[in-house]
Amino acid sequence: MLRRVLRLASGRALVARALSTRRGGSTPDRDGKVSEIKKKIQSILPGEPWNPLYDTSHLPPERSDVVIVGGGVLGLSVAYWLKKLENRRGAIQVLVVERDHTYSQASTALSIGGIRQQFSLPENIQLSLFSANFLRNINEYLAVVDAPPLDLQFNPLGYLLLASEKGAATMESNVKVQRQEGAKVCLMSPEQLQNKFPWINTKGVALASYGMENEGWFDPWCLLQGLRRKVQSMGVLFCQGEVTRFISSSSHMKTTSGKEVTLKRIYEVHVKMDHSMEYQPVECALVINAAGAWSGQVAELAGIGKGPPGTLQGTRLPVEPRKRYVYLWHCPQGPGLEAPLVTDMSGAYFRREGLGNNYLGGLSPIEEEEPDPGNLEVDYDFFQDKVWPPLAQRVPAFETLKVRSAWAGYYDYNTFDQNGVVGPHPLVVNMYFAAGFSGHGLQQAPGVGRAVAEMVLEGHFQTIDLSPFLFSRFYLGEKIQEHVII
Amino acid sequence: MAAPRTSLRLVAAIWSTRGIHGRGGAATPEGSQKKGKTLLQFLSDRFYDVEFLREYFLQRQMLKVHQKNRSFTHMVEQYGPYIVGACFILDQGGMVKFQNNDWIGPKERGRFALEFSKFQEVSVEAVDASGCAINYEGLDNLLLLRNLQSLSLRHCPHVDDWCLSRLYPLASSLQELSLAGCPHISERGLACLHHLPNLRKLDISDLPAVSNPGLTQILMEEMLPNCEILGASWAQGLNVEPEEQPQDKASPVHV
Repeated sequence: MLRRVLRLASGRALVARALSTRRGGSTPDRDGKVSEIKKKIQSILPGEPWNPLYDTSHLPPERSDVVIVGGGVLGLSVAYWLKKLENRRGAIQVLVVERDHTYSQASTALSIGGIRQQFSLPENIQLSLFSANFLRNINEYLAVVDAPPLDLQFNPLGYLLLASEKGAATMESNVKVQRQEGAKVCLMSPEQLQNKFPWINTKGVALASYGMENEGWFDPWCLLQGLRRKVQSMGVLFCQGEVTRFISSSSHMKTTSGKEVTLKRIYEVHVKMDHSMEYQPVECALVINAAGAWSGQVAELAGIGKGPPGTLQGTRLPVEPRKRYVYLWHCPQGPGLEAPLVTDMSGAYFRREGLGNNYLGGLSPIEEEEPDPGNLEVDYDFFQDKVWPPLAQRVPAFETLKVRSAWAGYYDYNTFDQNGVVGPHPLVVNMYFAAGFSGHGLQQAPGVGRAVAEMVLEGHFQTIDLSPFLFSRFYLGEKIQEHVII
Repeated sequence: MAAPRTSLRLVAAIWSTRGIHGRGGAATPEGSQKKGKTLLQFLSDRFYDVEFLREYFLQRQMLKVHQKNRSFTHMVEQYGPYIVGACFILDQGGMVKFQNNDWIGPKERGRFALEFSKFQEVSVEAVDASGCAINYEGLDNLLLLRNLQSLSLRHCPHVDDWCLSRLYPLASSLQELSLAGCPHISERGLACLHHLPNLRKLDISDLPAVSNPGLTQILMEEMLPNCEILGASWAQGLNVEPEEQPQDKASPVHV
């Protein structure tokens, strides 16, 4: 009985096998062909892009009005304001080219997300106030129908800046400027500081300034994703690739004094696709350089800085990547819930992270000790030697702590005067900059994006006058120094 | 057969989402996202016009909240800060208590309007703005009430962490604060209350955005040692098994 059943079963299996072999000689090959044909039929159907020769849906469009190089928070903010301020829906076609859609090395995602008004330059304060207003109403600015509201995770705890005897006068004058611009900053004597935050050792502190409103830290990833979502719903195109070449035309002119001037105009951007040699030339009217730490390289591609030194042609964009470490440590006896972001006069800073007595902090190294920006590896000895001693001196509870983890990120460091570059280049007339903010780009991105969009659409700054941040200052040698760099 | 059935479902869906205009864009509860696609969603995915219209209505809702919270501060010179602050709260539908007086609610507004000159010099000591649409900008008017001792912001849908960071001008007088039931307040904003050292009573119960109510309360008690904090029990937010949950207070808790 059993044998018969077995024989029957095997017989059936044989029949089935024979059938299957007769039906398709090489099944996978055929399936591939069928799906290809299906794809083609689908692409011919109305409403789909139909290209009978080959599929180009992965490539960026052949022409776009504006090409934004860099899809970080600054680039997206420019895209947002360009679409927001256009006078007719869909008037401007914007393409954002981003090298890495995971943002693994982008300064935006690796930042600690602080926002403060305690700057020394009125423009920086205004930008930051504008951004605070934007972030407060983020769910109105970045509202997308049917999308869940954004949770920015803003911690409104303020910045606490400390000054020694030497820096007290500067701090006082800075706070005066900040108050004039409308920031709510208060000055504290060492005694008041001790009363307010008993865990601080006030030795060596002559004056402290403390931001009461609109200061704190937020989740940069949330802002980035919110902008991305909104910008996409407004019709901005994204492309994962790298800009490798600018093709420009040049026209020669003579000034009244008889000097020869060459004006360049970019008319095509070559976008190389990710992980392939394929590239797409994109015809464009404007290029916005928002490549963050790599904006110096992008500017060089456009021929900026390739000329005899001392001339406008030979003036480089002085923005380069600088590696900054952020350490996360655990300290059970550390400051409590009320701890603001404290910045010591040595430059070391820390802030609370979550409720579990975890703290984030770091320090900007001095010019001679800049680490190699080639990779993002963390130097733990730097914490032991440079960051920990001043912090433990300032907050005695930090004498016992355990470093949990650390990461490194890039500052788009402007070596000239640590301030951003905004607006067009005087010779490459259709390249606009939004870069070089040396660590405060994230918090100023909404304001800067608006300023660049106004410059593009109206030809001048309207909301905030950023004319001190124009490129020409590098040639003229006019430094506008920001004193409060963390 | 399948086609009419889907259309039936879509029709049913549109009836169930009649209240689509009712929910504000900023205050959309996340739960509503989990519901199936409604007809409006379906249409706005396919037609730009529908999407545009819905966006327009969303913007109008937000504008309404802003208009409700517009600043009254230009009236301060004429009427004094207390009248202006009280007017704002009554306008919103809240209640006000002047010093040595009874509560004035929105129903007694007429009486208040008649004899408000009497109150010009009297300070406001308590405000009950439960359920009002106050937001960050509206606080401008509220902060005029410098001698405010008790403030209730229960179930205010637009009060968030940013608002709490703005209460510090009331630090010298404010003694009682109730934030119960505000959907947008989290532990990040509560940390800002260290600016209010005179607080005696603080109600932080029923805050859905606080990630760890028990721990937050302990940390708040540490931060404000003179303040009685009502709200979450210490075990809230801990994963206590149902059978292990203390049934009667006297028995020791198994952890």
